[in-house]
Amino acid sequence: MLKFLALRLGIMVLTMFCLSLVVFFFVNLEPNLKRLAIFQTQQRATDQDLENWLSRNGYRDNFFVRYGRWIGVVKQQPVVDPNTGEIVPRFRFCDEPAEPAYNGILQGNFGCSTAFKTKIENRLPQGLKATGLLMFWVMITMVPAALVIGILAGMREGSRLDRGLSVLSITSTATPEYVSGIIFSVVFATWLKVLNGSAATATSDGITFYNFTLPVMTLAIYGVGYIARMTRASMAEVMSSQYIRTARLKGLSFRQVVLRHALRNALIAPFTVIMLQFPWLLSGVVVVEAIFRYQGFGFLLVSAASNNDIDLLLACGLVSVAVVMVTQLISDIGYAWLNPRIRMG
Amino acid sequence: MENIGPTAIILGILARFWPVWLALALMLTLSFAYRRRLGLYGYVIGSGVGLAGVIICAFWVFTALFANIIAPFGPLDQIAVMKHAVPGSVEPGSGVPFYLGGDKLARDMFSRMVHGSRIVLAIAPAATAISLMVGSLLGLPAGFFGGRIDSVLSFVANLVLAFPVILLFYLLVTPDIMDTPVPYAMAGFFFIFPILFFCLLFLTGYGKQPVRLTVLLVLTLAVGGYLYVGLVFDADPFGLVHIEPNELNIFVAVAFASSPGVFRIVRGLTMDIKTREYIAAAQTRGESPWYIMLWEILPNARGPLIVDTCLRIGYTTILLGTLGFFGLGMSSESPDWGTAIKDGSQFLRLYAWPALTPAIALMSFVLGLNLLADALREQSLRD
Repeated sequence: MLKFLALRLGIMVLTMFCLSLVVFFFVNLEPNLKRLAIFQTQQRATDQDLENWLSRNGYRDNFFVRYGRWIGVVKQQPVVDPNTGEIVPRFRFCDEPAEPAYNGILQGNFGCSTAFKTKIENRLPQGLKATGLLMFWVMITMVPAALVIGILAGMREGSRLDRGLSVLSITSTATPEYVSGIIFSVVFATWLKVLNGSAATATSDGITFYNFTLPVMTLAIYGVGYIARMTRASMAEVMSSQYIRTARLKGLSFRQVVLRHALRNALIAPFTVIMLQFPWLLSGVVVVEAIFRYQGFGFLLVSAASNNDIDLLLACGLVSVAVVMVTQLISDIGYAWLNPRIRMG
Repeated sequence: MENIGPTAIILGILARFWPVWLALALMLTLSFAYRRRLGLYGYVIGSGVGLAGVIICAFWVFTALFANIIAPFGPLDQIAVMKHAVPGSVEPGSGVPFYLGGDKLARDMFSRMVHGSRIVLAIAPAATAISLMVGSLLGLPAGFFGGRIDSVLSFVANLVLAFPVILLFYLLVTPDIMDTPVPYAMAGFFFIFPILFFCLLFLTGYGKQPVRLTVLLVLTLAVGGYLYVGLVFDADPFGLVHIEPNELNIFVAVAFASSPGVFRIVRGLTMDIKTREYIAAAQTRGESPWYIMLWEILPNARGPLIVDTCLRIGYTTILLGTLGFFGLGMSSESPDWGTAIKDGSQFLRLYAWPALTPAIALMSFVLGLNLLADALREQSLRD
């Protein structure tokens, strides 16, 4: 088990390293830096001024040096104004250490958001908390619903109930969040007026059934179908196995066979699927937060990307990649732990 | 402004789709007449779910084909009085109603939806085809040889899969990135695979028939090279093959996002099939590894691959919609469904139709593909 864990962790760290390099490369592409410089110099700057600003703030240093600074393994140099000789921070709304220091992700410093004009530490945890809350409610509703649908459908393969539930699950997988979000808003908020079509109040006044149902519902619907279909396949496989037949022949009732014998083994496969839903949910969260104006992680990502907020986009990229890696790790370990047939090592 | 009732709207829309009904009727009559000879397709239309899938998919294919006949207005035609018109409002100039209302720029939603199908049905299957070739050409050797090739390729595939799609799009599909060589380099990389695929296929398959081989190779290289030059370098000497830079960018991003999925499936199938006896027989005959991969393994993996392709076209459509919804890549007046949903959702509380129309169109198309995939899966399990 230890060797297995070490190997998985090693691969995870390597993957994180590669992905952070890729994110860093794409966020720091030349046109993005140019735009940042134009935005920060804020006057009719000539190309030379822009170039000066970029090189003074260290954006023209070697790619790997800059990456090292961002990660926190290379010392960050204070920025010196060439005219006055004084030390000025890169952005006037964030202070920086006056001496060369390791000051990066590893030290817990995510940098400075130009869109929100504050340090990222002041915005990111809030956003993550809001999104975590959303994800929590989605999981709470989505997983039981999907498992019940899948088990009911897979219990008697080919029955009318199975057919009906299968078509329902297929429909739900064919409905991405931006479609179901629109349809639900129109039906429940505009026509029936029973739910709030905006979750903006959830950020300020706390969540209620009225303002939080639609986002949760929208996010859950897309995932339900997929998990349900996986559960159904797994359940159908278990139900056709020898030991279930034995249990039936022993004279146990169908109900008992399903609940006592089939369920446990049928739920191993869906577990992996549920954990792997997180990356998917992450994309969905961005869509849903945009539709329902909820200020969470997705809102930060969209604002960062549309305002060319380099540090914030890097932080968001890192967080989302980390979420994906951790859930993959949990899913691997959990699968090995749940399934006695898998040998570890 | 005059307005026609709901019944008249439904009848009017049904009437506008007349070329589609005609084509569908023709197709279904022929299909059922020759059902026994049509193999897998014949079985699929025998089941209710399969028939529904085929009809929905064919409906959208024909709609895209006959878009110019079906749509009463152009996708960009603005008729000022029709701004935010309710469904069924009659356009005073021509007397033709805006069946599904007008959007914020006074364009006919019905026509835009119909024209939008063209963009979606052109990009989604093409991007899926490219990712299919990339995925199989990399997945086959990974599964067949295993070892270091497999480790490296799988690691790269997992890297791409670990990227949340939305982040990938925000990094890869921006207006600025068109100034850098990144999209062109990626297009150059991806578009080489179809040429490579066919060259390898013919080289391994027709090695003993030099005339046929030469003809096929020259044909592949000429057609492939021509398309390659036109699409990647935008330097077609005849000016026929041309793709807008932003469309190229979208295309590449979508193909990039869905290739690792194909890779994984092909790799898994290859690992399974290579243990079969006919593969051992081919190896004993002294066939080359690539012959075995392309002519023995790939045809025998077709069942799951066809199912996956159907699902993948649907998924690609959803990805395209996501791009449109965030206003990435597509031009802002493009009638594609994703962009139209984004435009409509601005005024959703006041005017529901401009967002609802493309949303339902997109959903129905993906649903059709998923139903088709489900029927295909059931059939391939039965064999």
